Amino acid sequence: MASPYSKEQLLTMYRKMYLIRRFEERAGQQYTLGKIAGFCHLYIGQEAVAVGPIEAIRPDDYMLSAYRDHGQPLARGSDAGMVMAELFGRGTGYSKGKGGSMHIFDIEHHFYGGYGIVGGQIPLAAGMAFASRYRNEDRVTVCYFGDAAANQGSFHETFNMAAKWKLPVIYICENNRYGMGTAIARTSAVPEIHKRAAAYGMRGEPVDGMDCLKMYEAVKDAAAYCRAGKGPVLLEANTYRFRGHSMADPATYRSKTEVEEERKNDPIPKLRDHALKNKLGQDSDFEAIEEEVKAQVDAAVKFADESPEPSLEELWRDTIVEEGEQDVRPRERVLGVKVTNWPKYPSGQELKVTWDLEPREQAEAADKKAGLSR
Amino acid sequence: MPSELTMPELMYREALNQALAEEMERDANVFLIGEEVGRYNGAFKVSQGLLDKFGSARIIDAPISELGFTGMSVGAAMVGLRPVVEMMTWNFAILAMDQIVNNAAKLRHMSGGQLRCPIVFRGPGGAGGRLSSQHSQALEANYAHFPGLKVIAPATPADAKGMLKAAIRDENPVIMFEGERLYAIKGEVPEGEHVVPLGKADVKREGTDVTIITWSRMYYFCMQAAEELAKEGISAEVLDLRTLRPLDEEAILASVRKTNRVVIVEEGWALAGVGASVVDIIQSKAFDDLDAPVARVTGLDVNMSYAANLENATQPDAPKIIDAVKKVLYREGA
Repeated sequence: MASPYSKEQLLTMYRKMYLIRRFEERAGQQYTLGKIAGFCHLYIGQEAVAVGPIEAIRPDDYMLSAYRDHGQPLARGSDAGMVMAELFGRGTGYSKGKGGSMHIFDIEHHFYGGYGIVGGQIPLAAGMAFASRYRNEDRVTVCYFGDAAANQGSFHETFNMAAKWKLPVIYICENNRYGMGTAIARTSAVPEIHKRAAAYGMRGEPVDGMDCLKMYEAVKDAAAYCRAGKGPVLLEANTYRFRGHSMADPATYRSKTEVEEERKNDPIPKLRDHALKNKLGQDSDFEAIEEEVKAQVDAAVKFADESPEPSLEELWRDTIVEEGEQDVRPRERVLGVKVTNWPKYPSGQELKVTWDLEPREQAEAADKKAGLSR
Repeated sequence: MPSELTMPELMYREALNQALAEEMERDANVFLIGEEVGRYNGAFKVSQGLLDKFGSARIIDAPISELGFTGMSVGAAMVGLRPVVEMMTWNFAILAMDQIVNNAAKLRHMSGGQLRCPIVFRGPGGAGGRLSSQHSQALEANYAHFPGLKVIAPATPADAKGMLKAAIRDENPVIMFEGERLYAIKGEVPEGEHVVPLGKADVKREGTDVTIITWSRMYYFCMQAAEELAKEGISAEVLDLRTLRPLDEEAILASVRKTNRVVIVEEGWALAGVGASVVDIIQSKAFDDLDAPVARVTGLDVNMSYAANLENATQPDAPKIIDAVKKVLYREGA
């Protein structure tokens, strides 16, 4: 069967996956050199889970993630140098070096952050989706979390509300089979996370998370479903991280054979093979992309390394919004790029809320049936 | 002043209701969410009538999942809505603390100033009412600990209205403790646009001999004590902090410099309480103005009992405050 994709689409996806791979390899190297500290959770092996979905949604759809959060902003278009500078703890990073690896935020590209508490971002995504409905916007919110987060209360509490109120949110569980060092099957009564959606009457599906195109298709479909007001979707991306949980983890809890087996399933050559087989790109196209990306990542490391640490005055900024204080636009501040797509929200006067969470007729009918008077 | 003479008397809960209605009228981004806030009209009737006025998308009956709806509201605030989250009581908000502390309070910092989180978490706090340990605690010190939050605890209906309006308009997460046992208290409340700035304490009673510093429900015991003390010729100033984070240092120090003696009255526990920080401010910035060590009257360092006599013994009251005042005045019998 012929590929339904254009050459441009495939090369774009390849470029993004390759960028994440090279960026993370260099991040790992810089960690061992002591340039990056703290926890540094690498995304190597899971690139398809970020890139497929991001190609399938609109640039102004909301997105947020957990602490393994370098890949998504890179795929959304964030500046690689500024992401690397954040890992280095430099003032030129997206969060001025205050967030570090686990807290990349790039609001210009509608990436609403990485979060360090397992499952803590799950309700936030429902709230962002709620805001879209409240304002009659047809945006979707895409929220990533790991398999272990599915055992947190936040998962269950949020799914109940998101399903009840039909919120336009796509939850992507990145099931890489380990919650830190513990295999998900050892801690979960139902390790197939997508099945849990059924408990909330919500759509839930497994997806091959090692296949960028499968991820693309699944999210394209889910986004249309959400925009049509049909409610939230849970996708379980079955994926694998080739490295440890973080740079501090030698990953001795899994066998060499297992990792070797999974490495055969690498999503990056898989996409390349698809393109070559369908004559949508040739070796020279991919080689050119790889050269460009390598240079881009080299420049990112150089930029981070040469950037100054944040000034000590920064300690006292960004905790409380002072009266009249403007929000920080990182690329504008650091690179002098004019940021034009900063989110703008309708003021209280412009906004008309027409949505009903519990339509009055329905409520009255239910009361009548129950013999209640209002 | 004629305008003050015509000010209507409202209950604390009615003042809050008025603030909510006015702010929701003014700004369609404001919505209220919480357990029983809609069709039940609020567990403490603060949201009485609001569902009929604003509809179910803006007055939202949440499931009993505090962490879930709190986090959801934080997410809504991140993209510009202005949620007011009602905690049925602050005791239940302990379940939601991760979302308040790890997300709401830190979003701006972790994003390097990209995000803001304009949200109000409000509900009844404080002890009493024969509810035993899990329903009877003054928890404001917990939240006053965290940078990134503002914490308020108004005592009077007028302040309750004015400070809730200010909190809803604030660009930061605001924690509002209402006195569970203050909801039926009446007081004069200005109509319409009455906004009390956050971070400003208020001298509720002028005096010259001693400063009694307090907030929320304890204010009433302090006023009672001050009236009793006046009969003995002791002139007590009552300073209502109103905002616990940030503390109004200027007002605290001004009063200390005037009276030179201080008693701090706090409903919560002594260790790591808000009063401990007030003592720190006073001793480090006005030590030379003190004529006696600062005294504290706090809840006893125990869990709350159900038995009436034990419950009463646990909490500060006017006689305990009077004793403390006499002690800092070196009066006999104290």
